[in-house]
Amino acid sequence: MATFLTLDELAATIGDGMSLAIPNDQAGVAMAATLALTARASKNLPKNLHVICVPISGMQADILIGRGMVSAIETSAVTLGEAGGAPRFADGIRQRTFRMMDATCPALLAGFVAGQKGVPFMAIRGLIGSDLMAARPDWRIIDNPYADDDPVVVVPAIRPDVALFHAPEADRFGNVRIGRHAELAAMAHAARRTLVTVERISDTSLLANENEAAGVLPALYVSAIAEVPRGAWPLGLWGEYALDGDEVARYAQLAQTPEGFAAYLEGAMRRREIAA
Amino acid sequence: MTGAPATDREILIATITDLLDGVRTVAVGMSSPIPAAGAMLLRARNEANGRAPVRIIVLGSRDHNFLTNGAFELFDAAAQGRIDAFFLGGGQIDGQANINLVGTGAYPDNEVRWPGSFGSAFLYFVVPRVILFREEHSPRVFVEKVDFVSAPGHSEGVARSGGPHALLTGKALFDFDKARQRFRLRSVHGGASVSDVRALTGFDYDAADTVSTTPAPDAGTLALLRGRVTDELAETYPQFAATLAAGFAA
Repeated sequence: MATFLTLDELAATIGDGMSLAIPNDQAGVAMAATLALTARASKNLPKNLHVICVPISGMQADILIGRGMVSAIETSAVTLGEAGGAPRFADGIRQRTFRMMDATCPALLAGFVAGQKGVPFMAIRGLIGSDLMAARPDWRIIDNPYADDDPVVVVPAIRPDVALFHAPEADRFGNVRIGRHAELAAMAHAARRTLVTVERISDTSLLANENEAAGVLPALYVSAIAEVPRGAWPLGLWGEYALDGDEVARYAQLAQTPEGFAAYLEGAMRRREIAA
Repeated sequence: MTGAPATDREILIATITDLLDGVRTVAVGMSSPIPAAGAMLLRARNEANGRAPVRIIVLGSRDHNFLTNGAFELFDAAAQGRIDAFFLGGGQIDGQANINLVGTGAYPDNEVRWPGSFGSAFLYFVVPRVILFREEHSPRVFVEKVDFVSAPGHSEGVARSGGPHALLTGKALFDFDKARQRFRLRSVHGGASVSDVRALTGFDYDAADTVSTTPAPDAGTLALLRGRVTDELAETYPQFAATLAAGFAA
């Protein structure tokens, strides 16, 4: 069942070599937890993370890469959106600092569905004829066992060590509101452990109201929760606050160089406290 | 004021609306203000003309996205045949309508790396009317052969109900001839010539016997775009909506 931790305690449970599932920018990104991770001393910094984006990422993946924590990334895209390309990601590709596992969104999502169902793989349409197939030797083409002349791609189940996201609300029983973002449930179902930061923790059970219960991730799937107001900043959080476009643009500018990136991180926790 | 002639950007939006004519449900991906405007304009125009209602799904929007099943649902709905039209772009697009969203040079350590393939390697296969949209019309974008195929324009021996319908750029509109697997130039936008387009396109293509000038929207369509559609866009694309409004106020 879910335990309640501080932000630093929660971040400290992410260790070397773990596979880490993170959501897209619209679903609620645990940016404060990410900054807390990167702020750790070099000897305590988790390295060789295998990052799996559900199904794309932005500033969060770029920061983990820039800090040298990532040995592989599985994603359909990394982009800062309106602020442009992800600079540490693009630089890492050129320098080969991590293994790139390019995907397409529904194939990644299908991997999580297989993971949550406990089956070894999931079939997915499309893909055949894309150069992604050569880039992903772990994806296979099989013959549809139920029809003739129908090749179809299968992707292996994804079972991350850790899923990490930010949500508006948890209750004191460990249930977490995820609204319409069903991919957060799939992440948590497939993951061995799920870490969640939330804007607030309520005394009333989120399952008490039948009309709202469908948008709640039950505590069964939640390992640890930390209360972190504005925990998605500078990204936005659905139903709560908008993206801080100036701050993301500032990051996009500074992160063009490793020195600028380090300077950004140096001030980021303090800027976060001001923004919160 | 609102009586001013259509701007280049408004002509692009209205051209998208015409390309979407007849669809029941259209989806628009992230960071795509012009396609979103085109889809919203179709919805508004059909409503004004008493034609069949159009459902639109604008990713990144709250007001113009009715899906409730998270990141799964657009792909699932498309696989079920419920999404009639979608938009794809590309850092490179070639003459067989292959698109590259990954980067230039040899994969995986590309000279220039773009964000990634997103949902293209799936949606291109299952959405019947995929409109390729790229504003920059240059030989570096429109190449003879893409460096990386994120999604192929055509497939043999594979289940496929979707694919390319048209290619719209900042200079021209091409139809895609599925039988010949080639683009055919339909019209050029005001200010560009047929020979300009040929010179700026790195792949070979056919041309209609008479290549026309891309038409400007009629007064009623333009009024809808400058009114209701600009307001609707502002929720997801505030800066773009402000630029549009400044364009027709100038």
